[in-house]
Amino acid sequence: MAAHSTAAFTADDFKGPGDTPVFHDAQGKHHPEGGTMLGFWLYLMSDCLIFAALFAVYAVLGRNYAAGPSPKDLFDLKLVALNTSMLLFSSITYGFAMLEMEKEKQGRMLLWLGVTGLFGLCFIGLELYEFHHLIHEGATPQRSAFLSAFFTLVGTHGLHVSLGIVWLVILMIQVQMRGLGDENKRRLMCLSMFWHFLDVVWIGVFTFVYLMGVL
Amino acid sequence: MSVASEDLHTRGSGRDVHEEPGGHGTFRDYMTGFLASVVLTAIPFWLVMSDVLGNPRLTGIVVMGFAVVQIVVHMVYFLHMNTKSEGGWTILALIFTLTLVLITLVGSVWVMYHLDTNMMPADHGMHMPAPQSTPTEPGVAAPAPHQHQH
Amino acid sequence: MFSNPDLQKLLFGRLTLDAVPLHEPILLVTFAMVGLGGLVVLGGLTYFRLWGPLWRDWFTSVDHKKIGIMYIVLALVMLLRGFADALMMRAQQAMAFGANEGYLPPHHYDQIFTAHGVIMIFFVAMPLVTGLMNYVVPLQIGARDVAFPFLNNFSFWMTVSGALTVMASLFVGEFARTGWLAYPPLSGPAMSPGVGVDYYIWALQIAGIGTLLSGINLIATIVKMRAPGMSMMRMPIFTWTSLCTNILIVAAFPVLTAVLSMLSLDRYVGTHFFSNDLGGNPMMYVNLVWIWGHPEVYILILPAFGVFSEIVATFSRKRLFGYASMVYATVVITILSYLVWLHHFFTMGSGASVNSFFGITTMIISIPTGAKIFNWLFTMYRGRIDFDVPMLWTVGFMVTFTVGGMTGVLLAVPPADFVLHNSLFLVAHFHNVIIGGVLFGMLAGITYWFPKAFGYKLDPFWGKTSFWFWLTGFWFAFMPLYILGLMGVTRRVQHFDDPSLQIWFVIAAFGAFLILLGIASFIVTLVVSFLRREELRDLTGDPWNGRTLEWATSSPPPDYNFAFTPVVHDHDAWWDMKKRGYVRPVSGFNKIHMPRSTAAGIILGMLSIVFSFAMIWYIWWLAALSFVALAVVTIGHTFNYARDFYIPVDEVVRTENARTALLAERV
Repeated sequence: MAAHSTAAFTADDFKGPGDTPVFHDAQGKHHPEGGTMLGFWLYLMSDCLIFAALFAVYAVLGRNYAAGPSPKDLFDLKLVALNTSMLLFSSITYGFAMLEMEKEKQGRMLLWLGVTGLFGLCFIGLELYEFHHLIHEGATPQRSAFLSAFFTLVGTHGLHVSLGIVWLVILMIQVQMRGLGDENKRRLMCLSMFWHFLDVVWIGVFTFVYLMGVL
Repeated sequence: MSVASEDLHTRGSGRDVHEEPGGHGTFRDYMTGFLASVVLTAIPFWLVMSDVLGNPRLTGIVVMGFAVVQIVVHMVYFLHMNTKSEGGWTILALIFTLTLVLITLVGSVWVMYHLDTNMMPADHGMHMPAPQSTPTEPGVAAPAPHQHQH
Repeated sequence: MFSNPDLQKLLFGRLTLDAVPLHEPILLVTFAMVGLGGLVVLGGLTYFRLWGPLWRDWFTSVDHKKIGIMYIVLALVMLLRGFADALMMRAQQAMAFGANEGYLPPHHYDQIFTAHGVIMIFFVAMPLVTGLMNYVVPLQIGARDVAFPFLNNFSFWMTVSGALTVMASLFVGEFARTGWLAYPPLSGPAMSPGVGVDYYIWALQIAGIGTLLSGINLIATIVKMRAPGMSMMRMPIFTWTSLCTNILIVAAFPVLTAVLSMLSLDRYVGTHFFSNDLGGNPMMYVNLVWIWGHPEVYILILPAFGVFSEIVATFSRKRLFGYASMVYATVVITILSYLVWLHHFFTMGSGASVNSFFGITTMIISIPTGAKIFNWLFTMYRGRIDFDVPMLWTVGFMVTFTVGGMTGVLLAVPPADFVLHNSLFLVAHFHNVIIGGVLFGMLAGITYWFPKAFGYKLDPFWGKTSFWFWLTGFWFAFMPLYILGLMGVTRRVQHFDDPSLQIWFVIAAFGAFLILLGIASFIVTLVVSFLRREELRDLTGDPWNGRTLEWATSSPPPDYNFAFTPVVHDHDAWWDMKKRGYVRPVSGFNKIHMPRSTAAGIILGMLSIVFSFAMIWYIWWLAALSFVALAVVTIGHTFNYARDFYIPVDEVVRTENARTALLAERV
């Protein structure tokens, strides 16, 4: 970053002959740094606040069972543990893909990305199975405020993961088409941040919703 | 690792590629993070599933503690957070966001808890189905001191 | 229409011909006016062959200056709609006493006050603020565009889509009858089964996406694209307030998105977040919506503070007094604005500890705000003040806003709030700060930066006329509401029984009429200035003897803003350059890298309208189709890697030489 950030150039870097101050960059030295990574990070922060609102709703309404089923009746922690492991594996495989990307090994990177996508699909599949099972038992989102909050919080996370998978597939196609150019690398890094961010949210979900729910 | 920007100017700069520190980790970083996450996930599941501590409140606190540690692990090893990336702006944005998340969560719980204690009859055994919307999770709920207004 | 009701339902959802309110005479007149006006505009565009230029140079442009101007045009158009609502309400309340029912039935009156609030906040104040920031910030920091130029265009079109969705509700169906924040259970499926609340939800959700993305965009721009030498503490104050505003946008709007999504789920899917039964809690909606809503207030006012800071320094010919304290005050307000939301619902029944906490934090906010007022006053103190139109707005603001601030502190006292909650006192208070603060600020900013954007100043006579009508109109319109509020009159009432109140409503209506003259004068200002543009022409690029970088380039600036990136040594960078004998370079130009125009933004915006319309009317096939189309266009756009081009050296040289010639001619 050093040579490129705006902060790195001070006005002193543009001194003219003698001590005359310089008021414009005649040589075209200054090139603002790309804002994509920061911009994407800011988006993730805003997403984080969407989840904060959903967590807050779950915290406030999560015990309003309306004489319906409670977490103890519904949650199968073994399934959740399996689901969590899918997401954890997908994290490390995405990490491996990034390592291959740095080594400019496109084929192996695509392979790891594919594996990541499969883990993601398993996660979504298990979640859909869980939802299906709950709805089949009559624990629908319409049953109580607790279930509304539960389905919305977990479902929003699942929706994000699904979008991540779609994005992953598109990026794999784009890398196939155009190789590992700078733009594609930047996109892969954005998706990496997105993917790991969803992991972090999931830590909150399994702890706060599932583990503490059945206590 | 190189990041060139599609944003203005950078491409024409003649130095398309520049270092992006803190953008990614090494194999070692990823493995450390992964193994730590596995452990930090497994223990809370084990604590809850086998009811090791025998005390829901204590278990809750411990589980929350593990979650916080694991979030930090993910941030450091997977998201490569450090104080230097993007000139410190990412960590600043993160701290600001976490503050707001905390305000939203604690504030909402506090405000709504108060509403309930003031608005609901003292005994919750009316025909309202389980109106008690007071999460009692320690650490998160942090309920305010009880207020009795009659 | 169809013999088979199932088929009709499949094709048109709940949309029937009855949804077009042909039986309402007021709406029919509106139809006719809008239709005629629309025909004139479309005809004019066709006659003068403006469709091509409009499409190429404006709609698909990613130039931050053009997008900024388009935001402001949108805001001014919507201001007319929002103000028409205001006039109708004032007229109704001035006449509906005793036996006189007025001319607006309750169901229509309720839509009007809802639409007025929604439009004024989301589609007037927000686009004004965003537009001004978009135009000015890149120029002030010496950048050539924003960080993500396409995203900027897309954000604009999402805002337009939201605005059009609200406008559509006028002609097809109805708008919400819930008040501008649509509290459940009133806005829930049981109490509001019609399309009104759905219009509300989708308009805000779509516009909200635009707002959020433009917030991210401007933060990245300010953080990453400042000219060399411009450290944080050398940023112009308007840029500082823009940064804080955009931080608030990025941090607050997600909460609105989330809470409106949950309301949608309650309405569409039948969940129980905010219902009265099965464990739902309507007060949680109120809680969340104000976690967004209070920061929103500061999102609007902070840029206005920035505008006033620039204007006070420029027209007092002095450095801004207490630059650093201004920055810190802005940052403190940014953070504190997240700790006060409960003061909007003190009466909901929380205990003393909650209410006193939020009462105290609310009062604390007045400290940094007061510091700002003093900074402006000290800047004026012993300055050589030119009372040009922007400065008049500024002084008018300081007097008016301070009163609004004090009534705000009064409302921050929970016991006082228990008396005044939901009364006209509150209505007077927030109009006092929003008109006296945000609107005066934006009009000041438009007057101040207009010569930069169009190359000629606004006519001062009509500008002053507009100012005085606005100022007196405001005082006439809202002081009676303070009095009525203290007497206990509540807001959102369509008819009154007590005839002794009528005189105050008549005075308020007179005030609204004065404001109408103020708005008319503003339009006259635009027209007269355009006609007199040669006399009012600004050739220097620096008509006010300005202090910050936007005045260093020509008026209007070239597409690339600056031929050479400026180097900054002081927070009044341009003043510093002028003082130290800066000579404008006339040779040595290079080709300039710029972003390319794209139609993706407007296409996505229009598809969003179709999608939201389909969702509102339950036309599921169309919703699915437009959603797929949205996804396809979005994904397709990511396959476009050719997003930039170079302005060739010749063109830069030509543009700059033309300016050199103009400047030489002048001297």
